[in-house]
Amino acid sequence: MTLVVSDLSVDHGAIRAIDAISFRIEEGQMAAVIGANGAGKTTLLRALSGLTHASAGSATWHGHELLYSKAEKLVRLGVSHVAEGKSVIPELTVGENLLLGSLWRRNAEEARATQEKVLETFPRLSERLSQPADTLSGGERAMLSIGRALMSKPQMLLMDEPSLGLAPLIVEQIFQSIRELSKLMGLTVILVEQNAMSALKIADVGIVLNLGRIVAMNSAQQLIFDPLVRAAYLGY
Amino acid sequence: MYQLINTVLIGITSGAIYSLMAIALVLVWRSARVVNFAQAGQALLSTYIGYEFIQKFHSFWVALFLSMLVGAAVGAIIDSSFMRILFRRAGHGPIANVAPIIATLGLLGLIRALLGLVVGGKDVRINPPVSNVGYTVAGHTMAFSPLQLVIVISVLLLMLVLSLIFQRTNVGLALRASAYSPEIARLAGVRVDGMRTLGWALAGAAGAAAGLLQTPNGTGVLSPDSLEFSLLLVFGFIAAVIGGLESLVGAVVGGMVLGLVLAFVLTYVSGSVVFITAFGLLIAVLLVKPTGLVGKRGGRRA
Repeated sequence: MTLVVSDLSVDHGAIRAIDAISFRIEEGQMAAVIGANGAGKTTLLRALSGLTHASAGSATWHGHELLYSKAEKLVRLGVSHVAEGKSVIPELTVGENLLLGSLWRRNAEEARATQEKVLETFPRLSERLSQPADTLSGGERAMLSIGRALMSKPQMLLMDEPSLGLAPLIVEQIFQSIRELSKLMGLTVILVEQNAMSALKIADVGIVLNLGRIVAMNSAQQLIFDPLVRAAYLGY
Repeated sequence: MYQLINTVLIGITSGAIYSLMAIALVLVWRSARVVNFAQAGQALLSTYIGYEFIQKFHSFWVALFLSMLVGAAVGAIIDSSFMRILFRRAGHGPIANVAPIIATLGLLGLIRALLGLVVGGKDVRINPPVSNVGYTVAGHTMAFSPLQLVIVISVLLLMLVLSLIFQRTNVGLALRASAYSPEIARLAGVRVDGMRTLGWALAGAAGAAAGLLQTPNGTGVLSPDSLEFSLLLVFGFIAAVIGGLESLVGAVVGGMVLGLVLAFVLTYVSGSVVFITAFGLLIAVLLVKPTGLVGKRGGRRA
């Protein structure tokens, strides 16, 4: 149950956003993908979750090919994507946003149990179940988007910049919950982050992307101490 | 006094019909981001089929129910074949914005022309299922008949059922989520394409109801180049825009506002300024409050 990506390429019109990259992530591991703006981080996640069509290559998970499938189908295979910018639907209530993630599950009983677990993890959401999601603070939205993803009973979580626009203290809290949840539930996580240092601190492995190519991949610990990575992405 | 009450009653009945058409337009706009001019053609088609059902089953109500089913099927087929191919072929580049509008206009013309070919010059008549003679109150005949009561009740009932579906069911949640944010809905596992088709189907059913209810309320005569259906589309559009295009409640408010305003103009001013008022209202709303009278808090946040 590893994620094996080989020779993945994605084109945006004439621009090659991802250029023949290959990597593998073992089950239950958390990988941080870091890199500058335009490095292809978001595109990589969108290709893996079915939102963007890949031009070439393959990505297998559980023996299933992830590329060239629709996002709604991949959710059913256990791939949950939390898109950039706190992917909640502001017009729906907090409860509806959560329920949305489990609509496709046949077993309503099981879905309710999942919701209880999510609310245990993020108790602030349970006080706001009937409020529209656009009344939430940035941190609460991040919690809700993660909660919604968990409602889909994921085995792999794709997270796009959960720290975007959040205060440092909240970022730390969110990252801690992601870390704890993934270990507790045995999730494989790909975490795309601008905030490289925080991401590498909680991740098992790190992937550094530049202009659509992998320029470094190593254990997160080693990347933190790699002089080149420090200079280019950690800023000291 | 009686004139005032009659004017309000006329406004409510025609408002109810405009609301129904506006609901159909809003359903498609919300689920597919398509302004569906073909709605009038679809309504005309399902009303003709409704006429055939009336001949066969001798019951207006059975025919209404069946023609709503047919209307839903036609809507679903248009989306899942025609519109799906259109979005695949013309969904990119500068043509993408106008292609669906032009396509539904084309579809409207096509349906009418085909209907003309099939039913020819033979106009058919749909008799009212209940009396269309106004109730008498203290010796005055009111502008409100059992037929109009039935129309208003049917529209309210349909609205209620649709609102319950949207607000209280899982399918409704999936429909709303797909309309507000297709991408997030998709990531949550909602089959957005299916929801869009369902939106078209519900719209088809609402349009069919509008057509079959309006016909006996109007002239009673159905013809492929019926002016009534063109007006139904135009007034349905104006109602939908007044209501902000996004919400079912808005569609009903828009329909009622339009129905009442036009009834008052007709009674107290002149029949010749009805169109000027209707289109003036449309343009005024677009210029002054483009989100509609019930549009909420200055658009959506990210």
